[in-house]
Amino acid sequence: MTIHGRAELRTSPDGAVEFDADVLVIGGGPAGTWAAVSAAERGARVVLADKGFCGTSGATAAAGTGVWYVDPDPALREAAMANREKMGGYLQDRRWMARVLDQTFEDSNRLAAWGYPYPVDDSGKSQRNSLQGPEYMRLMRKRTKQAGVTILDHSPALELLVDDDGAVAGASGVRRQKHDGWTVRASAVVIATGGCAFLSKTLGSNVLTGDGYLMAAEVGAEFSSMEFSNPYAISPAFGSVTKTLFYGWATFSYEDGSVVPGAASKGGRSAIARALLQGPVYARLDKADVDVQRHMRASQPNFFLPFDRTGIDPFSERFPVTLRLEGTVRGTGGLRIVDDSCATSVPGLYAAGDAATRELICGGFTGGGSHNAAWAMSSGTWAGWGAAGYARQLGPARRRHLASAGTVAFRSRSRRPFEPAALAKAVQDEVYPYELNYFRHASRLEGALARLDAAWTDASAADAASKDDVLRARESAAMLATSRWMYRSALARHESRGMHRRDDHPDQDDRLRHYLTSGGLDEVWTAVRPHADISYAEAAE
Amino acid sequence: MIEVIDAERCTSCDICVNVCPTNVFDKTDGIPVIARQSDCQTCFLCELYCPEDALYVSPHADTPCPTDIVALRQTAVLGSYRRAVGWTDETRDLRGIDRSYLLFGH
Ligand SMILES: Cc1cc2nc3c(=O)[nH]c(=O)nc-3n(C[C@H](O)[C@H](O)[C@H](O)COP(=O)(O)OP(=O)(O)OC[C@H]3O[C@@H](n4cnc5c(N)ncnc54)[C@H](O)[C@@H]3O)c2cc1C
Ligand code: SF4
Ligand code: SF4
Repeated sequence: MTIHGRAELRTSPDGAVEFDADVLVIGGGPAGTWAAVSAAERGARVVLADKGFCGTSGATAAAGTGVWYVDPDPALREAAMANREKMGGYLQDRRWMARVLDQTFEDSNRLAAWGYPYPVDDSGKSQRNSLQGPEYMRLMRKRTKQAGVTILDHSPALELLVDDDGAVAGASGVRRQKHDGWTVRASAVVIATGGCAFLSKTLGSNVLTGDGYLMAAEVGAEFSSMEFSNPYAISPAFGSVTKTLFYGWATFSYEDGSVVPGAASKGGRSAIARALLQGPVYARLDKADVDVQRHMRASQPNFFLPFDRTGIDPFSERFPVTLRLEGTVRGTGGLRIVDDSCATSVPGLYAAGDAATRELICGGFTGGGSHNAAWAMSSGTWAGWGAAGYARQLGPARRRHLASAGTVAFRSRSRRPFEPAALAKAVQDEVYPYELNYFRHASRLEGALARLDAAWTDASAADAASKDDVLRARESAAMLATSRWMYRSALARHESRGMHRRDDHPDQDDRLRHYLTSGGLDEVWTAVRPHADISYAEAAE
Repeated sequence: MIEVIDAERCTSCDICVNVCPTNVFDKTDGIPVIARQSDCQTCFLCELYCPEDALYVSPHADTPCPTDIVALRQTAVLGSYRRAVGWTDETRDLRGIDRSYLLFGH
């Protein structure tokens, strides 16, 4: 592998750092690190900026993931693709599923070659459908550095830069431990900022506030499948560990000990939500025999931290549970992808991982459990190649005239101060309640949207945030923007499909097998896009 | 949430300040301080990276839970997560024992 040089560092007059690069990657989870490594391997000079620390930050590092890794045996691949099609409301795209399975296989083989300690089963076969978060992301940080990428930790991006033609040409942000700023001028930018989990404390996700969506929307990017953004994950009521696989062995009960009818981790989570609307719900993993218990401890040490540290034996004792909203982290909505290189609808802007829609392989059903992890590495790899190719085509960095694209929380307005904490709370009040977001209804969605739209008008009229507050202000504005694409899309889908359920339209409607595009900030809009199968069918007519 | 830094064990290496994704700690001339406890997302990652097992994260995500470090030292809890994932010399064999493949599809 050849390294064609590192991004060039300059220091600007106000003390902030400036870099010239071919590719800027924003976000350093699996999607961002795969994008950075792939772009660097194609000869690009790459900078990766993360809000937290690349290696510990984001959902994967803290949680760990099952991975949609399937051996390249046609029958196995076919079964893997067919498996979730019904649950996803038939919105997946077979061509993309096949691509992701191929790329995930390749990337996983590279992980093995790089030394990821995959377990070996009794028959001697290396098992590659699970990745321990801290181990995987520590390795990815190492590989990213070895590829010659300049990593900026604790350096959240706040806004994109655009050239005179509206093409994306870099970004700027703050270095929150150095109390100054950074600017990267780049030929192409990959948004890999993860999803938006609305500060719900679902494991590792409080860095995920939809910042990349807001920045992309400010340059005119479009979203897709934003109605599929309401998964809720089970955790002990007091804790943050929203790892849900093991609840497959649980019995759920009311306060009085009687079983909650229909409650299950898979296919019965709505029964848990309904029961939680009445009062506390408890779980006990009483269906796990001793062998299973042993495998569980070996496989997910973090699952047991809340129990071991409070003296609860989850196999024999009942403990209270709750459901934490995960928004687009285990939902499937995100930036719309327009081609195989994960380009967005804006020139120079690419998207990967949870920042991008996962509709192509998940449809309307959660990508958690395996698909999201496969998507993060595959889309990261493609976006890195795509961005490096775009940069090469653009040619050696001309000094373009660049403008900052940031809007809300950056503009001087005299009327009122920006209040990030109050705004974040106001958004949470509209998106957490099960009766609004889990069980949807036109009248309730309209009420929530009216309040959220008013909050946007308010936030837009607020004064620029102070230097100390600007990150929080942008995060809360990003959560607000996300909630509006989410509910506007939910209102536009007059049926139940995938995770989107409407009390007023309880059935799936075959005529509505299409995607919903959305976008806009001051005016939020939605539009219908046909599913690939249907456009092919029409073209053949 | 992060509750304590054990002043007896901490060597002021500042690793926790660097690795905490939500920037909870601040550097000082001596041992770091927990400067923004309410920003803690209860991800337990600082514990994994602390080479001295000097940090304790309470599993209570929404409410602080004052913790007596002297009493904690009498238990095996400090460093327990790091040992469980195989990130200590004595436990490194545990890095490759993931048995998820036996549990998926249940
Ligand atoms: C508890 C839990 C369990 C899960 N289990 C599974 C599973 O078993 N299988 C599966 O497939 N999926 C699972 N998922 C989903 C999976 O973790 C995500 O799909 C995956 O992490 C996405 O990778 P990513 O790189 O896009 O985002 P992330 O891993 O979330 O990383 C995003 C990065 O962007 C950074 N960032 C955010 N904003 C900014 C900004 N403004 N500037 C700079 N950087 C920024 C963050 O700090 C972070 O490092 C799970 C999720 C959770 C929460
Ligand atoms: S990582 Fe551990 S030893 Fe190092 S400063 Fe933090 S608490 Fe102290
Ligand atoms: S638990 Fe996570 S968020 Fe809290 S202090 Fe430790 S590393 Fe930071």
